[in-house]
Amino acid sequence: MPKITYVAADRAEQTLDLPLGTTVMRGALTNDVDGIVGQCGGYAQCGTCHVFVDPDSLDKPGEMEPDEDDMLDFTACPREPNSRLSCQLEVTEALDGLIVHLPERQT
Amino acid sequence: MSTREEAGHVVVIGAGQAGHQTAASLREYGHSGRITLIGDEGVLPYERPPLSKAYLKGEADESRLWLRPETFYERHAIERVTGTALAVDRAARTVRLDDGTVHRYGHLVLATGARPRALPVPGSGLRGVRTLRTLADAETLKKDLAGAAHVVVVGAGFIGLEFAAAAHDLGHEATVVEALGRPLARVASAPTAEHFTRLHERHGNELLFGQGIARFHGDSDGADDGDGAGEGRVAAVELTDGRRLPADLVLVGVGVTPCTELAEAAGLRVAGGIVTDSRLLTSDPHISAVGDCAAFPHARSGRHLRLESVQNAVDHGRLVADRLTGTTRTYDDLPWFWSTQFTTTLQIAGLGHDHDTQVVLGGDPGNSGAFSVLLFRGDDLLAVESVNRPADHMAARRILGSGIPLTRREASAAGFTLKGHLKEHLGARSGRPVPVTV
Repeated sequence: MPKITYVAADRAEQTLDLPLGTTVMRGALTNDVDGIVGQCGGYAQCGTCHVFVDPDSLDKPGEMEPDEDDMLDFTACPREPNSRLSCQLEVTEALDGLIVHLPERQT
Repeated sequence: MSTREEAGHVVVIGAGQAGHQTAASLREYGHSGRITLIGDEGVLPYERPPLSKAYLKGEADESRLWLRPETFYERHAIERVTGTALAVDRAARTVRLDDGTVHRYGHLVLATGARPRALPVPGSGLRGVRTLRTLADAETLKKDLAGAAHVVVVGAGFIGLEFAAAAHDLGHEATVVEALGRPLARVASAPTAEHFTRLHERHGNELLFGQGIARFHGDSDGADDGDGAGEGRVAAVELTDGRRLPADLVLVGVGVTPCTELAEAAGLRVAGGIVTDSRLLTSDPHISAVGDCAAFPHARSGRHLRLESVQNAVDHGRLVADRLTGTTRTYDDLPWFWSTQFTTTLQIAGLGHDHDTQVVLGGDPGNSGAFSVLLFRGDDLLAVESVNRPADHMAARRILGSGIPLTRREASAAGFTLKGHLKEHLGARSGRPVPVTV
């Protein structure tokens, strides 16, 4: 199972083995990782599962869809070039080793 | 237990989205007293939106619905109790459950939700005549759908249309019967409704408007049977014009009734919901009401209003948690809603019921796959409905939520975009770098 590492705003790290097909957002919620809200349930509707992809794993996630791109302009913490919505990051083998940093707040 | 400990004990009745949020936010905001979350479904608090979408289609299993895992409640010392609250004794500040246990509260939060309205016609008790609210309902419907040949949906609101779309995706052609002249009459404007009518028709779902239900016929009630209300399974739906539609599965989605019995019996003010003030306090200062069951004053119109949405549940929960941890504020969060049908997403910011004019951005709602409808009353922007235009929706939420003025004339100008308008105003206001990138 792909390993995904979540780095909280206070630098605390958690690495999870996630099953294929789930999302980086769902993985955090299911495993009780704080810092991701996911208010809309994973439909790119609310912008509360914002993450920053670690510079070392920028090549792992695929391209984003226009919806995600649009929504990222409205996150609680301003977007950066490495911003993604974790509900749109489906867990695949390609994501193994992904490190995401969680913003200070989501709402 | 000491009185002081009791004073800090928050008991929440109802473990849906609003109840869960109240409990979770209480801990997040630093509440150190006991929190008891009472639910009658015996499962972890879960998301309801996927029940009429991904869950129904088998794209998401049960574990995908839980708002938070079991460990979350343990870690935050939120005591989950399964039971039905039978009575609130306001003098003693206690809640009695169906198993006889009594819970003493310092503050009580009613998050009792709502239940689907039944159709008061003969045959509505037949097997196969269903409603959709709970996980158990969705499980039943999922099984029913697997063996259904003729699916009829009564009511073209969000639930009805989402169910019809899911049924179609599972290989069924659904017939949707709506008493009013168009779909989404209670929640969306006419152009948006027109878009969804055509969307369903294009997929092969039939929509019948201006038709009520006379009765449901069972498979054993015979052609001239009197009441049709007996046992057996539904076989046909009789419309008010006499037409009969074959049906072995009927989803009735004609709105909900707030669960107010407990509040009423306790002598709290109830009028179309549990009545609260602008801080979401009921007529008893030791009792709050949140989510679908709460009738709260709408800041803009001054009227009491009850909303059924994730946003409303979450923001109510946060406000009450804020108040109970020392930050009292007035509720005036912007309502927003969404619905996904087929691959089309409708997002609504604000409440557009009273609009008198509209401006459409993007394509023609009848034929285009992406547009926004801006609803105005006079020159006040009330709401924005966006179909497959998430950036419009998010900009509309900011514009409406922070009271940025937008006139009909500005919105009608060539080249106008909501995001551009927002950017202009944020820039003008702060003089600082604009936190919106385009």
